[in-house]
Parts: sequence; C-alpha cells; structure tokens
Amino acid sequence: MDGIADMGGTRGWGPVHPPRPDEPVFEEPWQGKAFALAILSSRVACGGINTDAFRHALERLDRAAYLDDGYYGRWINAGELLLTDSTVLAPGAVDARARSLRGEHVREPAVPEPTRPDYRPAAEGSLRTVDTAPAFAVGRRVRARDMSPAGHTRLPGYLRGRTGVVELVQPAAVLPDTNAHFLGENPQHVYSVRFDSYELWGADAEPFALTAELYECYLETTS
Amino acid sequence: MTTTRGQGERLPAALRTEALEQLLTERGLIDPKVMNGIITTYETSVGPLNGAKVVAKAWTDPEYRRRLLADGTAAIKELGFSGQQGEHIVVVENTATTHNVVVCTLCSCYPWPVLGLPPSWYKDPAYRARIVREPRTVLAEMGLVLSDDVRIVVRDSTSEVRWLVLPERPAGTEHLSEEELVPLVTRDAMVGVAKAGTP
Repeated sequence: MDGIADMGGTRGWGPVHPPRPDEPVFEEPWQGKAFALAILSSRVACGGINTDAFRHALERLDRAAYLDDGYYGRWINAGELLLTDSTVLAPGAVDARARSLRGEHVREPAVPEPTRPDYRPAAEGSLRTVDTAPAFAVGRRVRARDMSPAGHTRLPGYLRGRTGVVELVQPAAVLPDTNAHFLGENPQHVYSVRFDSYELWGADAEPFALTAELYECYLETTS
Repeated sequence: MTTTRGQGERLPAALRTEALEQLLTERGLIDPKVMNGIITTYETSVGPLNGAKVVAKAWTDPEYRRRLLADGTAAIKELGFSGQQGEHIVVVENTATTHNVVVCTLCSCYPWPVLGLPPSWYKDPAYRARIVREPRTVLAEMGLVLSDDVRIVVRDSTSEVRWLVLPERPAGTEHLSEEELVPLVTRDAMVGVAKAGTP
C-alpha cells in the first residue's frame, strides 16, 4: 500500500542516527510489553499468526500513530487495530481504559461479540511449495509492475516500473497481497531482483546495486 | 482505510499498552506468563551473540563457511538458531571489493534468530528511506567510509527472505581461536553498516 510506511527513497528525514553499541533491547519496560502484546494480539485477532495482516495494520496507522509513538508505539497501535477490526475490542476501549487508569471517570464501551476472520494458515510460517515452475530464470531481465494497490503489497513504490535482473530464485512463499486481507495464501515464486542505481535514481545517482525480493505477480517481462 | 483513532488528545503509548494488557488479561485472551516469556526471550537469549558465533565459526572453519554461503538457514540451524523471522536466511559475504548492507524500507524486517530485535537506527525512517538512495553517503555518516572501488550492494528485505552479512575477518587475527573471535563480530557488521572490530 502506498503511504507512510513505504519510505524507500523518500526525502526529508534528516541524518541517520549513529549506532549505539550499548543500546538495550527495550529502552523502557512498556516497550517490551508492547512488542509481546502485538504478537499475541495477532493470534487473538486472527486465530493464527498472519504477519501480513499485522503489517497491513501498521500501514493503515495515521501519521501520529505511525511516527509519534515510535517503533513499539506503532506495534501496540497496530495490535489494537487488528483487535478492533475483528471486534475483539470495541473502538475506543483502549483509550477508555487508559483514562480510567489515570483516574478519570469514564464509561468503558461494552465488550462486543468478536467477528474474527475465518483464517487458518495452511502451514507454519510463509514458505510454501508451488506446482508450477518459476516463470523467470536467473539472469532474466524483468520489470516491476507499475501498480499502486489500495490494499497491502510488498512492492515498494520506488521499484515500480523499474527494470532489473533476476539474481536468485528464492523459495516460494505466501502472497502478502491476498493473505493480509484473509483472501487466501496464493503462494508464489519469489525472486531476488538486482537493480542498478542509475535505473532507480537517474544518471546523477551514486553507483551501487540494490536487490529486493519480488513475488512473481509483481513482475513482467521486458521486450 | 481506517486508522486507529480519531481526533482528540493522544494518550501516551505506555499508558495504552497497560490498558490493552489489562483488557486482554481480564478476558483470559492472553496469559501474562506467556507475555513475560516473550519479553525475557528477546532480552536475554536471542541477540547478536548468536550471529557472532555463526560468523566466528565461518571465519575459522572453511567447510562451515561453504555450507553457510550455500544454505544459510541450514548452516545456522546447525548451531541451534532458528525461529520466527528466520525461516529463510541468506548469508552474503563482504570482501575487499564488495560490500553488502541490509535494510527493510517497508517496515523493519530483520533476522531475529541470529541478531535479536533490530536496533533503533535500523528502524528509523532516515535509515529506511536513505540507504536505498545514497548508501555510500549514509554509511559514511554512520562512520564507515568505503573507498570508491568498493562495490556496494543494498539488500532491501521486501519478502520473508532475511539477509545476514558475513563480514571480512579483520587483519591480524590469524592466531585467534573461534571463541576469541566472537567478541569482534558486532551486530552492525552483520547488517553491513560497520566492519568487524579489531582485537
């Protein structure tokens, strides 16, 4: 999905932060809880872990929910969104409880009847086997489709319409574009495609190569 | 497309985390012991020390190095490391002439079983946005200046493939054992924003 999460190549973020070798895993205790709760929320909301649905929830957060709360804030917000989608939580339930916790007198919304998606992963994880042979061999020139779906996708905006070369054929995997919406796993062949920096950013770019893993339906042949 | 909340005062994420924990616990939907187990696992047993052991073994055992580059997932599993976000790990080697650096521009995908949870710079928008456009400049900002004849390959983790960089073995470490090499292998070197340390 186009939006705030699709950051590759965008400008205006300022300098990178140098690594800190002594950085703790969680800077504050609530961040550890947010991480664990997000993982568990995914199970509670979907009936099984659907990483694609979780990533799509992250993508649907508004600017404040995605950026201002930081990384683990983003995770707890996405967990809450999944739980609200499946009506395990009523909209506003978390805010109401949070206000109660800090001493406000608020009426909490009634507990709704959950309507969870009918979802069972076909197997653990995302790797799958597919019956058909890969459509593109190593060394083949391919173009990333120029598409801009409203739903989830793992084709970043900066690669759309760009031409590269297949470097590796990776194991086939569940297609995030349908799985995120509980519309089926549709396993696909996955390719590591190598792009030249000049193809991505023009003649003034720094010289380098870039690879991305692209699902078969993201790619088309070049004439 | 829906978003998490409408207008109004934004409550702190820490407070909302506590609220969500209470709501789910009260209804028996989560077990606090399971939640604490997940936190403890990532704070204590899954971290970059796992990856450092993989790299030190590859530096000292040519046959293991060959297996690691041919099938990273299997070779890493030999040392006991596997699990979520490590279903398919591909190891690439940094050399005097090729430098690999890893990013996830769409979120912050990272090989948890070998490196633990990602550090803050890896999750930061500036890194996610810029490393795919101007990697040489970004690496220099992070303290790694590469000479012009080194080819840079940026690996954007857009699917479930997870990349691990096998850094160059530092010069002057020929006499060191596998155990003595482990502390030289840093998290940052295994992502490709630094070189391995020197003794």
